[in-house]
Amino acid sequence: MVQAIEATGIFKSFGSTKALEDISFSVNESEIFGFIGPDGSGKTTLFRTITTLLLPDKGRMKVLGMDVIKDYKELRKNIGYMPGRFSLYQDLSVEENLNFYATVFGTTVEENYDLISDIYSHIEPFKKRLTGKLSGGMKQKLALSCALIHKPRLLVLDEPTTGVDAVSRSEFWDMLGKLRQYNITIIVSTPYMDEAIRCDRVGLIQNGKILSIDTPQKIKEGFSRKLFTVKASEKYKLILSLRKNPGILTAYPFGDSIHVTLADESADRTLLNYLKNDGIDDAVIQEAEAGIEDRFLELMEIE
Amino acid sequence: MRTIFYLIRKEFLQIFRNKFISKAIFAVPVLQMLILVPAVTFELKNVKIAIVDKDMTSESRGLISKLDGSTFFRVSYLIFSENEANNLLHRNKCSMVIQIPSGFGKDIGTGKQGKLLATIDAVNASSAELSWAYLNGVILDYNTDLIKQNISTLPLGPVSRIEINNRYWYNELLNYKYYMLPGILVILVTAIGFLLAGLNMVREKEIGTIEQINVTPVRKYHFIIAKMVPFLLIGLIDLALGLIIGKIAFDIPFEGSILVMFLGSTIFLVAVLGLALFISTFSGTQQQYMFVAFFCMVIFILMSGIFTPYESMPMWAQDFNMINPVAYLMRINRMVMLKGSTIQDISRELYSLILIAVVFTTLAVRRYRKTA
Repeated sequence: MVQAIEATGIFKSFGSTKALEDISFSVNESEIFGFIGPDGSGKTTLFRTITTLLLPDKGRMKVLGMDVIKDYKELRKNIGYMPGRFSLYQDLSVEENLNFYATVFGTTVEENYDLISDIYSHIEPFKKRLTGKLSGGMKQKLALSCALIHKPRLLVLDEPTTGVDAVSRSEFWDMLGKLRQYNITIIVSTPYMDEAIRCDRVGLIQNGKILSIDTPQKIKEGFSRKLFTVKASEKYKLILSLRKNPGILTAYPFGDSIHVTLADESADRTLLNYLKNDGIDDAVIQEAEAGIEDRFLELMEIE
Repeated sequence: MRTIFYLIRKEFLQIFRNKFISKAIFAVPVLQMLILVPAVTFELKNVKIAIVDKDMTSESRGLISKLDGSTFFRVSYLIFSENEANNLLHRNKCSMVIQIPSGFGKDIGTGKQGKLLATIDAVNASSAELSWAYLNGVILDYNTDLIKQNISTLPLGPVSRIEINNRYWYNELLNYKYYMLPGILVILVTAIGFLLAGLNMVREKEIGTIEQINVTPVRKYHFIIAKMVPFLLIGLIDLALGLIIGKIAFDIPFEGSILVMFLGSTIFLVAVLGLALFISTFSGTQQQYMFVAFFCMVIFILMSGIFTPYESMPMWAQDFNMINPVAYLMRINRMVMLKGSTIQDISRELYSLILIAVVFTTLAVRRYRKTA
């Protein structure tokens, strides 16, 4: 299979801050590849390197078969980039922005309209409106339309769903799914673990290093221990109590429960008694399936 | 070509969509001309003087009325105490104190020399010198009157002397408005070139829109040209507006060719826009840009010879002005408007401006990086 991106040993530092450390990965053609990691983990730096906006200090990167340093001119014609910060002209109308980006890439809106029609049709009724006056979800759809208008072979989306409501987020992922039929490779970053399952493969990134790359399913399966969820009415007291117990390996809060791993995996009964003695008598323990976030936290622990 | 055209169109769309800027572009030249041209003048009028007359003779009164009668001076205080007069000078109530000692009239009457003491507030050195020169003029006049009065009584033949007749060319009435207006026009064009384009560029950086442009195949020089052209046109329109106001409000003479003046201003604007965009490549925020641009602008304008003659500056300052585009346009405008200089007369200035324009624009294009 042809590789859309091939990166080997990428390093980038800003002063003494190491933003990227020995990053190597490859992205297959027309797959949706997600980079998942907390804020400041190096996702944006990596994306700016892929889009030829930043030069790596060390390492080689080929995007669409072209070198990001040598062939940046040709490469830019084939990339659609949606920066993390909304960066269309807010004082131009919806239509003017779209026309502008089409022209800058030497094409017209009509020529590639079928590619964006699904997305753009949502905002077309507001095409005369100034972009600055659009809602967050509409801005995001316009930004995606503008990134797609020149029919790029690679779409780079930096945290496209940050600050967007849950319904729009889900809609957005549906739209990305539909783009598959046009053989566009998509790389996308997100701080939301629940979005990982919408990707073909994900890379977990932390402190400028890639912890793991695999399909979402395989990443979940990588979780090596038995996972329990513990619930109680007094959650704060519960987590303090759990973290005191030497038999507990990890205890992380997840929504309304606490995810716990135990040194002795059959000791869940004993734990219940321990909690009762500690003054928490309504605790409930259940075995649970690990999610991507659990695996992420486990990998961070190993680091 | 289509890209450049579209980029320029985008800039114009944004400029005219900005309600404040689109109005300010036309309001600024009108206000600047109407306020600055009449206000900025070196003419000395109505200098307030205090006179301590200890003589009180017809001669001293004659001198006082002579002073008061000239347009330069106004006798505001007539007092008898020297201390009080100095106090007035100290409190800025007057700019000059003239003391007429007792015996002044008698000395003149008897053919001796009359003596006066003038104390001048020299906080502003140039106006002090001017006051002194005007005072000399008035007293010389007074002397001539005295001689005329006495000449009939003196047994002398005709006095042989040299008489000088002045003629002021190019500005016969020494009207300061004629001198200042071309200079104010330069300031106007400079401000537009320096501030608008550079700020526009830095704003794209600040709000992040440049990030998305940088990933497109837009060429560096396309982008720079698209930033220059709209403000070049606005600068020229403002220049035309300024000239029309000059004609209507101040009836300014225009001796030379308007085309030559516009040619000079066009090259000048390219130079200034190039420098502004060059500075903008170093600046990450509009605040940083404003600080540097304002500093450059003040230096360029004050050293350009708008207020003080170019030739009286120290040698190093004159050397600096070789790279100061404002100094060239200042000369071009004044020469074309007042002297009617032709394109041949100002060819040296034009060539220098072209060189500066090419250098600054090249620097701007080269410094503008699409990659970090």
